[in-house]
Amino acid sequence: MATVFIPAALRRFTAGVERATAHGRNVRALIDDLDRQFPGIRAQLVEDDEVKPSIAVSIDGEIATGGLLDPVNESSEVHFLPALAGGTIPSCA
Amino acid sequence: MSRKVQVEAVINGETTEFLCEPRQSLLETLRDVLELTGTKEGCLTGDCGACTVLVDGRAVCSCLMLGVEAQGRNIVTVEGLADGPTLHPLQQKFLEDASLQCGICTPGFLISAKALLDRNPSPSEAEIRYALAGNLCRCTGYDKIVRAVQDAAKAISGGR
Amino acid sequence: MAESTQTQSFKVVGTRPIRPDGVDKVTGRARFGADYAFPGMLHGKLLRSPHAHARIKSINIAKALKLPGVKAVITAADLPPLPENKSEALGEIAMNPRHLALNILAHDKVLYDGHAIAAVAATSPHIAEEALRLIDVEYEVLPPVMTVERAMEPGAPILLPELRNPESGDQPTNVAMHLPIKKGDPDAGFKSADYIVEREFRTAMVHQGYIEPHNAVGVYNSDGHATIYCSTQGAFDVRLLSAKVLGIEVGKLKVVPAEIGGGFGGKTTIYLEPLSVLLSQKTGHPVKLVMSRSEVLRASGPTSGSTIKVKMGATKDGKIVAAKVWMAYEAGAFPGSPVMAGALTILAPYVIENLQIDAYDVVVNRPKTAAYRAPGATNAAFAAETVIDELAEKCEIDPLAMRIQNGAHEGSPHPAGPPYRRIGFIETCEAIRSSAHYKSPLAGPNRGRGVASGFWFNAGMQSSATVNIHTDGTASVVTGSPDIGGSRASMAMIAAEVLGLPFEDVRPLVADTDSIGHTDVTGGSRVTFATGTAVYQAAQDAVNQLKERAAKLMDKKPDDLEFRDGAFAVKGNGAPPMTIKQMAGKLARAGGPVVGRATVNARGAGPAFATTCVDVEVDPDTGKVQILRCTVAQDAGRAIHPSYVEGQMQGGTAQGVGWALNEEYFYDEKGILRNTGLLDYRIPTCLDLPAIDTIIVEVPSPTHPLGVRGVGEVSIVPPPAAIANAIYRAVEVRMTQLPMSPPRLLKAILAARQEPARLVAAD
Repeated sequence: MATVFIPAALRRFTAGVERATAHGRNVRALIDDLDRQFPGIRAQLVEDDEVKPSIAVSIDGEIATGGLLDPVNESSEVHFLPALAGGTIPSCA
Repeated sequence: MSRKVQVEAVINGETTEFLCEPRQSLLETLRDVLELTGTKEGCLTGDCGACTVLVDGRAVCSCLMLGVEAQGRNIVTVEGLADGPTLHPLQQKFLEDASLQCGICTPGFLISAKALLDRNPSPSEAEIRYALAGNLCRCTGYDKIVRAVQDAAKAISGGR
Repeated sequence: MAESTQTQSFKVVGTRPIRPDGVDKVTGRARFGADYAFPGMLHGKLLRSPHAHARIKSINIAKALKLPGVKAVITAADLPPLPENKSEALGEIAMNPRHLALNILAHDKVLYDGHAIAAVAATSPHIAEEALRLIDVEYEVLPPVMTVERAMEPGAPILLPELRNPESGDQPTNVAMHLPIKKGDPDAGFKSADYIVEREFRTAMVHQGYIEPHNAVGVYNSDGHATIYCSTQGAFDVRLLSAKVLGIEVGKLKVVPAEIGGGFGGKTTIYLEPLSVLLSQKTGHPVKLVMSRSEVLRASGPTSGSTIKVKMGATKDGKIVAAKVWMAYEAGAFPGSPVMAGALTILAPYVIENLQIDAYDVVVNRPKTAAYRAPGATNAAFAAETVIDELAEKCEIDPLAMRIQNGAHEGSPHPAGPPYRRIGFIETCEAIRSSAHYKSPLAGPNRGRGVASGFWFNAGMQSSATVNIHTDGTASVVTGSPDIGGSRASMAMIAAEVLGLPFEDVRPLVADTDSIGHTDVTGGSRVTFATGTAVYQAAQDAVNQLKERAAKLMDKKPDDLEFRDGAFAVKGNGAPPMTIKQMAGKLARAGGPVVGRATVNARGAGPAFATTCVDVEVDPDTGKVQILRCTVAQDAGRAIHPSYVEGQMQGGTAQGVGWALNEEYFYDEKGILRNTGLLDYRIPTCLDLPAIDTIIVEVPSPTHPLGVRGVGEVSIVPPPAAIANAIYRAVEVRMTQLPMSPPRLLKAILAARQEPARLVAAD
């Protein structure tokens, strides 16, 4: 089970839960599983079958450049972060 | 619209005849009429020094002078600093000391620095900074520009 | 001078060759955007709003069109219908193309002093300017909203009637976004703190201050294709954004990046480019548009002024146990301030378990903000780094020791969650602590020393590169990254290192959007990291192709050969190896030309940290601050060309000094900008700065083949806080407003001494 950190702005969908677990071999499947647990959260993260341009996904400390296609494994740590305007994306690697 | 005026001046060592409108600044005349685009426009109010040229040996903001006022004068622009293919020591030191990043302010600095070294061949750091305070640079923080002028002064007087 | 903390084992990387484009720049031959001229070229000028906030009731261009020499006049009506009101992924940037188009030419409302309304093309720039005076515009003036506080008040005039945020529901608002970040339990954290510091800060709007104004030359061809020549940080961005605004396909536009006279983020967007194409289309001639300095200041992106409240608590051993931040940034006329980045950087250098950040993006009647070197981070650091300084004083701990104690390190979590990989923050603090500067005594009245740190993300993103091997064994490396700081030299150095060629044998080029694969902007401190990776891989690709050819020429199999020092040798055989030079003229019979290529969507760009130490002397009678000495330590991963790394550190520091001491936008009560020139928008001169000493710390990034970390931005972040901390030690005044200009500082000094501020103008 991957560990998923829920950003403060979306905790209203998770009844305040900051840290959840979810299954999925890639980001798309992971978000689908999250939406099963917390209905409505998918619409906050995905638009037109792509991660919303205002959101960045970090997997094990590295920003996922493949969006929904990036692989996730069982022990991954996944964060949803605001993506920055102005030509940069937050990266903590 | 008034007629263009015929002007004769020495530009980078060559006697040059050209036509310009009375309302055209020397900067505009150099760039648009004479196609010498090395001198740059940064502010048009004489505050940034990017348009600096030598007029009879004096560093002048060409945006504050009219093209017609060049009549009978000796003008030196950045295009006239090198001696054929041989760079002026200031140009050489700016390259060696990495004193330019984007390079837009460089022509103005080279001219102002030349005016300084022509009248004061071994300036102190304070004198250099004072003389160049009319040239703005946003990229370098001036550190490497000052070092290049110091190195050029040594090269010119030491013959290196 | 610079000290490097790691020895290198490279041949070219780490040396300081002369940049290949340098000769053209010192002789005036280099062509910047405004230097382009074409036969029959016309000149364009823009008519701009004289009001900060108004409805446009009518525009009459008839008289202007009749002026001899005028060939076209356009308004928003000549552009295609506006895109939908929503954020799109434009490249990697989330942008609202509708707002972009509205900023380029106003439709029914003007939203800042200087907002463009119409454009004229004429046979001379002077005639174009005369024509502007003949355009009649009828306005209904509206009350201006100039501060975030006013914009957020209930009942404040609304700038964009369609703007909403999730919290405003269906109500019009000037708040475009609220971003909350929360971790742990800040209230409990504060209860456990021995010392708490709480301060409110204001920073003024400042401009990137590039010396070269914006420019564009548009050349439209009757086959429907157009070329734009302009000074830009990103030709592909110009192409994409201009195509959006013009309502045409990207493939119909070619963008040729000219040499660029400074950008710092401000030239990653578009203002003139689509208009130059439209005017060219209407007139059948090339059209050149160049902004004047006053237009640059009135109407091109500054960065946000801001209001930031910071509360921090620490236990008496110096451990920071809680932090709370409220921050509102001016977005200008349209949403998109860098407040998110501010929120993600403000506490990033530290490990703090309990924190809460509320960040607000607020529209006001000022120019639409654009990126400025580590956008959002400098405002934030001014606030947080001075509060930490105050906390350190209360805990009686050296400010650097406090930073080291609480410092982020490999594995510790960033405030927004993800863990850091290998980073060099603590190393930069230690570099300052052990520097000659920090160890030297500072004596004399009204003198003080201050330190501060900064953080910036650094981007990865997409880049392409090709390496062409010439018939004489020299090479060219082609990329799409405009060179704003000497990056061309670094690209040549990386290729030369991989190819085993001398630096002089590798020529770098910056290509247009047709000649190189997609490449994202020069910005985000990404070129040496991402484009450098593409160059590295393209050079390796060239070596692999050369190996195949060499094998044919030497009648061997490729696996029998090894490549070293620019030559192919048979493994285990002492025979003289074949150099690239030797084989380059024979490639035709060995398989054909060699062109190495690579593209990347670079992952894992390591963040950058800087720590700056500054000594100041304050004149207590005037409030003028003199910088006596300045040292900046920054983690560069690996310095490819140390002189240009130093240059970035020094340049960013100088901008930070200007931001700290003098730069600000002065708007009057009608919202009109009063300082529209470089005399009164005061950027540092040569005389305002001392030598800027640099310490390049090298903690190689594991995610780049040569260990590179982006260096271009972070040095601008610490100076305002470092200077504020130094001023405190000099005259015992804690400044909470930027800039700390003489009138402001003097007022604070006099207030601290409880002397009446008779001689000081009201703020």
